Amino acid sequence: MNIDKSARYRTSHEFARKDGAEFVAGISDHAQESLGDIVFVELPEVGKTIKQGETFGVVESVKAASDLYMPMSGRITAVNGDLAGDPALVNKDCYAKGWMIRFAPANPPEWDGLLDAAAYEKEAGKE
Amino acid sequence: MNLKPEPLVFEVSAPGRIAVSLPKGDTPSYPLPPGLVRTELKLPELDELTVVRHFTRLSQKNFSIDTDFYPLGSCTMKYNPKANEVAAGLPGFRNTHPLVGEEFSQGALELVHRLQSMLAEIGGFKAVSLQPAAGAHGELAGVFMIRAYHLSRGDAKRTKILIPDSAHGTNPASCTMAGLEALTLPSNAEGGVDMEALKAGLDAAAGEVAGIMITNPNTLGLFERNIEEIARLVHEAGGLVYGDGANMNALTGVFKPGESGIDVMHFNLHKTFSTPHGGGGPGSGMVGAGDRLAAFLPGPVAVEKGERYALEMPAKSIGRMKAFYGNFGVLVRAYTYIRMLGPNGLRRVAENAVLNANYLKVRIEKVFPLKYSRRCMHEFVAMGDIAPGIHTLDIAKRLIDYGIHPPTIYFPLIVPEALMVEPTETESLATLDEFVRVMTLIAQEAKTRPELLHAAPTTTPIGRLDEVAAARSPVLCYRA
Amino acid sequence: MPFVANSNADRAAMLAAVGVKDMDELFADIPAARRFPRLDLPEALSELEALREVEALAAKNVTASTCAWFLGAGAYNHFIPAVVGAIASRGEFLTAYTPYQPEVSQGTLQAIFEYQSMAAELFGMEVVNASHYDGATALAEAVLMAWHNAPSRDTVLIPAALHPEYKDVIRTYFSAFPVKVEEYRGDPSKAPLSDKVFGLVSAYPEFEGELRDLAPASAAAHAAGALSIVQVDPIMCGILKSPGALGADIVVAEGQALGNAMNYGGPFLGMMGATSKLVRKMPGRIVGEAKDHEGRKGFVLTLSAREQHIRREKAVSNICSNQGLVMLQACVYLAAMGKGGLCAVARLCWDKAHYAAGRIGAIPGFKVENGAFFKEFLVRTPVPAEALSEKLSRRCVVPGLPLSRYYPERKNELLVCVTEACTKAQIDLLVQSLTEASK
Repeated sequence: MNIDKSARYRTSHEFARKDGAEFVAGISDHAQESLGDIVFVELPEVGKTIKQGETFGVVESVKAASDLYMPMSGRITAVNGDLAGDPALVNKDCYAKGWMIRFAPANPPEWDGLLDAAAYEKEAGKE
Repeated sequence: MNLKPEPLVFEVSAPGRIAVSLPKGDTPSYPLPPGLVRTELKLPELDELTVVRHFTRLSQKNFSIDTDFYPLGSCTMKYNPKANEVAAGLPGFRNTHPLVGEEFSQGALELVHRLQSMLAEIGGFKAVSLQPAAGAHGELAGVFMIRAYHLSRGDAKRTKILIPDSAHGTNPASCTMAGLEALTLPSNAEGGVDMEALKAGLDAAAGEVAGIMITNPNTLGLFERNIEEIARLVHEAGGLVYGDGANMNALTGVFKPGESGIDVMHFNLHKTFSTPHGGGGPGSGMVGAGDRLAAFLPGPVAVEKGERYALEMPAKSIGRMKAFYGNFGVLVRAYTYIRMLGPNGLRRVAENAVLNANYLKVRIEKVFPLKYSRRCMHEFVAMGDIAPGIHTLDIAKRLIDYGIHPPTIYFPLIVPEALMVEPTETESLATLDEFVRVMTLIAQEAKTRPELLHAAPTTTPIGRLDEVAAARSPVLCYRA
Repeated sequence: MPFVANSNADRAAMLAAVGVKDMDELFADIPAARRFPRLDLPEALSELEALREVEALAAKNVTASTCAWFLGAGAYNHFIPAVVGAIASRGEFLTAYTPYQPEVSQGTLQAIFEYQSMAAELFGMEVVNASHYDGATALAEAVLMAWHNAPSRDTVLIPAALHPEYKDVIRTYFSAFPVKVEEYRGDPSKAPLSDKVFGLVSAYPEFEGELRDLAPASAAAHAAGALSIVQVDPIMCGILKSPGALGADIVVAEGQALGNAMNYGGPFLGMMGATSKLVRKMPGRIVGEAKDHEGRKGFVLTLSAREQHIRREKAVSNICSNQGLVMLQACVYLAAMGKGGLCAVARLCWDKAHYAAGRIGAIPGFKVENGAFFKEFLVRTPVPAEALSEKLSRRCVVPGLPLSRYYPERKNELLVCVTEACTKAQIDLLVQSLTEASK
C-alpha cells in the first residue's frame, strides 16, 4: 500500500494535503486498488462550499460506485479536469496526477482531526 | 450459434430502398409548417429480405430458453407455453384500445377482473391491482402504499424501512424513490433474517419504522422460517410488512404469503405466470394487499357492477403508476397459463421447481461448496472459487463453451463468488444430469487446466469484452 | 402434467437423491399449518379449451381490426409491417434474458445498440436508453433526472394540456418529494420560469393536439437555468424537426406507435433520449461498443454504476425489467421503414388528418380548435361528445376520445386521431356519421 506521508486521511479513504493556503484532495492508493479500474469521476462545481463529511463527488468502476466525502469543510477552488478524459490517472498516480479537488478550508483545525499516515495505514490494513 | 460478424443496419443500407409497401395518399396534400420541416433523417434504407436476414442472424447470436438450458438464478427462466403467445396475439386483445370505453371492452375487463381474483386467491390477498409494469414498479407501488398508509393516520415520522442485506438492489432503490430511508439488516448464520438484529433495528428506530421489505424465499433460495414472527415484531413496532414476490415460483399452491402477516406484496407476474423475458421485458408487477392496505392500491382496477365490468380507483389509491391499466398483454398470458394449470397444476409447478433445485443442490455441492447449505427452495447459491486463481466468472464463461447459459453470478452480495442456480420446473432430469456432468468436468478443469477457464468462452462470436474501456469512453450510438 | 418434464418415476428417484420421503418433507421449512393450502380456482383446461375461453373474451371487445378507427389519445393505430412480428416472435429473441452475459447475447445487444442509434437520430439526441415502461413513466423519470441534475431547485413546469394520465403518473412519482409540479397554459416559452425551476416540460404536439415550434421554449428554459424536457410523437419526427434541433435536453416518447399493437394499453415502450452531458444521470439500461482481447467488436451493457444492482439506495432509478421485446419491435420497425418509409407514414398521417379536420370543421356546429396539429386534433361538438362516441362506436366508427372522460366539465370536446391506417372512405364515413348523429 502506497501512502503519501505528507497527507492526512479519512477512514472512508479520501486524503487531503496542504498546498500553500489551500488543500488538495483525492482518494488513497488503497481505495483506488479496491475499486479497480476507474472509469468515471464526478467532481463538484468550482466555487461550491461543502462541509466536512458531505459528498463532493462520485467515483465509478465497472462494478462499483463510491461517494467521495470532503475531508474538511471548504470552498472548491479547482477540480482536476484531466480526469474527465483519463480517469485512469486515479489508478496510476492517485496522490499527484490523479488529484481530484483543491479547496480553501473553512475550518482549518479540522485538519488535526484527520488520520495521519501511520494511523491510516493501520486502519486500512484492517480491511 | 452464428459466429460471423454481422454489420450494423446502417452499414448494409443503400439509398432508395424501403422494406415496406405503404398505401398511396388518397387525400389532398396539405402544406407542412415552413419553419418546422425536417431536412435530414439518417435512418437506414433496406429491402425486406435484408431486414429479415439481418435480424435473423442477430437472433442466432443469442442463448435462449428455446435453444439452451438457462439456469439463471433469481430470473425463473422457465419454458413459457406457446399457447400464451397465441392468446395474447388474438386481434380482440391486440387491436383494442384502452380508452374505447368500458362498454366496448367488456372482454378485456372481464379477463382483468378474473385474473385479479385468481391472484388474490393464490397469494392470500384481500385485493389486487395489476397496474404496475414490472417487479421493481410493483415494489415502488408497495412502498408508496406503506408511506400513504402512515400519512393517512397523521404519522409523518415513519420514514425508515428495514431491508435484509441479501435483498435485490431494487428494494433499497425503490425506497429512495418513495422518499424512505433504507436500513440494512444483517443475515444470520443460516441465511435468514437475524432476529436479534431485527429487534435492535426496530428499537433503534422506534417511532420511525415505516416497515420491512422481505423477500421470501429470499435471494439465497431459502424460506424465511421466522416470517410470521418477523411480521409480528414489525407490526408491534407500528410498521408494515412488504413482501417481495420475485420468488413466487417456489410457492404457488404451497404457501399463501398473505396469510403470514404480509401487508402488501408484488409478484413478478411475467416470471412465475409465464411471459417470455423478451431480452429484458416487458414484465408485470401485480400488487396484492391485505386489509390495512387494500384501499391504497394503485389504480384503476377492474370491478364487477351487476352484469358488467368497470374500472375504478381504490378509495385511498396512491394513484396511477403508469398510463392505462398495466401490461395487459402479459396479463392475458398469465390468465391463460393459470387456466391451463388449475389449482393442482400450480402446486405441481412449485413442487417440481423446488425438487429440481434440491436435486441439483445435493449433486453440485460436492464440487462447488455452499455458504448456506440447508434445504433450498427453487434455487441455491454455490461458490465458484474452487481452485487457486479461479473465479466464479471463469466458471460462468466456461459453461458457455459447453452450451449452457451461466447461472447468476456475484449475487447475492453476501455470498463471495456467488453462483446462483435456478433450474425451474420445466427442465427434465436428463438436462439436470447433463448440467451436473458439465459442472463436474469444469471443476476438474479448474484444477488441472485452468487456462481453459481463463480463456473461455472460445465458442462464441466474441470473447470477453473490455468493459473498462467501454465505460471510460462510451460509444453509445452509430456514427457514420 | 403439462409444462413439467419430470415423470412420477423421475420424481421418486429425485426425492430419494435429495434424501426426503415425500413432498411434505421437502417443504418442511414451511409452517405445517400453512403448507399446501386449498386454492379455490377453476380446474385446469386443456390448451384447446383455454384458448376457446380467451377467444370468447377477446371477441367481446370492439377493435380496430373491424372498425373505422379515430381514437388515439396516447395509444395509436398505426400499420405494423409483417416483418416486425416475424422477427420479434423468434424464440432466440423472445426467450432470452436481459443480456448480462455479452458473449451469448450479442443478438440482443446489437439490436439495442441499433435501436439506440436510430432513436437518437429520430430525436436529434446524443444518447437514448433502452427503455422505460411507457411514455408516462419515461416522462416521470425524465423529470426526476432533471431534478437530480439541479437538486437545489424545487419546481417543474408541465403543460396543462399534457396527457392527463401522464400528469397523474408524474404526481405519483413525486408524491414523496418536496417538488412542486405546476401546470402552465398555452405557449411554453411564456411559462413562469424562475431560478426555482429545474425543468420545463413541453409536448410536441400536446395531448390536445396543439403543435408549436419549441425552440423559443427551450431557449427560455436554458436562460432560466432549467432543462428543456420534450415529449414527442416519434412518428412525427419523420417529417418535422427533431426535439433536439429545437433545443431539448431530454426527449421522451411513447414508442408504441413504432411497430407495436395497442394491446389495450400495454405493453408499450417508454423512450428516452438526452444530451451526452446528462448520460451519467440517465436511468435505465444503455448498451455501448466494446472490443475483446483479439480486437473483435462487440456490444455490452455499460455505465452500470448508475443502476440499482450496483448503487442500491443511491441509484438514479429502481428500474430493472424494461420493455425489451417492444423495443426490439421498434428497432425492426425503424429498420424496415427506414428513412423513406417513416417519412411517408408521417406524411400520410399529416395529409389525412388535415383532410379530416377540414371536412369535420365544415359540418354545421362543429369547430376544430387547434391552430396547428399533426395527426390528432380537438373538435368542439354541438352535442355531448360522449353521446356521439357511444352512438358511432356501436356502428363500428370509433370517432375519438370524448374529453369528458378526463375532464367531466368539458362535455362538448372530441379528440380525433387520423393515422395512415385510415382511408379516405373511412374519413368520409366519419364525417357523415358525425353529421347524422348531431342532428
